[in-house]
Amino acid sequence: MARHDEVNIVVCAKVVPLSSVTIQIDPATKRMVRKDVSQELDPQAAKAVEEALRLTEKQGGSVTVVVMGGDDATIGIRGALAMGATAAIHLSDPALAGSDALGTAKALAAAIRKEPFDLVICATESSDSYTGLVPGQLAQLLGVPPLTFATSLTVEGRTATIKRQSEGGYDVVTSELPVLVTVTTGINEPRYPTLKGIMGAKKKEIRKYTAADLGLGPAEIGESGAREKVLTVGRPPARPAGTVIKDEGQGGKQIADFLANLKLI
Amino acid sequence: MADLIWVYGDVVDGKISRATLEMLSKAAALGRAEVVLLGPAPDDAVHTLSAHGASKVYRSKDPVYRECLTLPAVETMATLIAAHRPRVVLFASSYGGRDVAAALSAKLDCGALTDVGDLALRDGALEATIPALGGSYQNTSTLSGQGTKLVLVRPKAFETKPNEKSATVEEVPPPRDAAVLKIRVTERMTVTREGPQLEDSRVIVSGGRGLKGPERFAILQELAALLGGAVGATRAAVDAAWVPYALQIGQTGKTVKPDLYIACGISGAIQHLAGMKGSKTIVAINTDPEAPIFQVADLGVVGDVFKVVPQLIEELKKRKRG
Repeated sequence: MARHDEVNIVVCAKVVPLSSVTIQIDPATKRMVRKDVSQELDPQAAKAVEEALRLTEKQGGSVTVVVMGGDDATIGIRGALAMGATAAIHLSDPALAGSDALGTAKALAAAIRKEPFDLVICATESSDSYTGLVPGQLAQLLGVPPLTFATSLTVEGRTATIKRQSEGGYDVVTSELPVLVTVTTGINEPRYPTLKGIMGAKKKEIRKYTAADLGLGPAEIGESGAREKVLTVGRPPARPAGTVIKDEGQGGKQIADFLANLKLI
Repeated sequence: MADLIWVYGDVVDGKISRATLEMLSKAAALGRAEVVLLGPAPDDAVHTLSAHGASKVYRSKDPVYRECLTLPAVETMATLIAAHRPRVVLFASSYGGRDVAAALSAKLDCGALTDVGDLALRDGALEATIPALGGSYQNTSTLSGQGTKLVLVRPKAFETKPNEKSATVEEVPPPRDAAVLKIRVTERMTVTREGPQLEDSRVIVSGGRGLKGPERFAILQELAALLGGAVGATRAAVDAAWVPYALQIGQTGKTVKPDLYIACGISGAIQHLAGMKGSKTIVAINTDPEAPIFQVADLGVVGDVFKVVPQLIEELKKRKRG
């Protein structure tokens, strides 16, 4: 039975290299090397999926996951569907590769505009590139208010309320739906997919959009559309090597001596 | 003519933030520095900005900027930028600064650079130094196009420098369009913290996964108190809910540069290193001799935190008495 406060939610997710992998930058393309690197659903995005599932389990509605990326994005899409998302949209086109944050936001916005939605939920920032710009840009492009840095989220009637992380504590912030919400890392602990969920995910719908489907061209997306240009890739100056000792029962004293030598105590 | 560099003024806990003064000091070194200061701020705000190199302050004291988050500031900034065309606008990487810069970068269709540690203008073209992948790489980047460039600056990227100017003040009208009043702040909660603030502390004692539980942060508290410092934590410790998010140091938390950083049970993931590598002296205690934290430590002790730290505490007490 449909409830009056059911919510249709779009979650923006991405796949990132497994956290155990050391990522390299290709000096020629100046991009992260993603080929032959094991990928997973971004743990930050999993929290956005989890928050969306909790809301819809409570008050009804749907969760559609949007992921931009190549074929290896499928692993993230399947992961989100196995957690319980209703459907997925895969933005997949070589023309999208090399997009900067704004290009990514434009592609996501174009896809999300095709959906009826009450909420868009994103991670505050992804686990790999960390610019944190995409959600704010996306909200602006969609013309919906951004409720950011949420440590909790509730929806009552047509009003969304978050606790927003602040420098000194938190603020309570509200807006009328539709809104875009970004969730912080502490908001929840994402569920692990069940076997039933994993099996069920294989039957769920994944719609694919190309750049042409989204009405976007080289002036907006891909490397050519990127406003952000990387000029050089280098390594930061290394710290001079220090001393490493093994604690043979005097470790605490040795630290105290070291600090006293540097006049830090 | 000098390049026009704007700083988006950031008020945190009722004060002009240190990040604002850091950016202003840099802006004044790069060209003519001006500040946009929106919403309630201390009475001496213009004086403070003037003393750090501001030649002009665009000012509105209207409470709308505080009561309605983000959108009114984006509207006013877009109007001001269109009228005055600054070369660069610098934003602090604070919650408010990031929200306004992100929305503005889409509204003006200009993009933005984030996490910038240094910047220069070469014949008017922007070159920003940005750590990538947790600081294991360091890139220089720019933004294409002729318009204003938006830059989000890392905390502590620049030193604050006294630089006395006599800033003129131009009052700006707040937007009244209902569309920008959609986000309401209904309550502000301040969590009181004891001891020095993490960012301002000269000594930080920090704990990670190796502490194995929240109760064991107590010995770090004791050590920090003895050294007059503050306690920090890694994302792993925060994610496990052992300590609050406010203590998180690293790429998604705070950036700190204390004189002394003592890392206890911290392996040294690049995301954590990004937030503390600038510390003057680093001491690390970890059971795993292969832990990456030892590569940045001035003194590394391979050992058990629960043996080494209590001994260090006893030693400090003894020397204090002595």
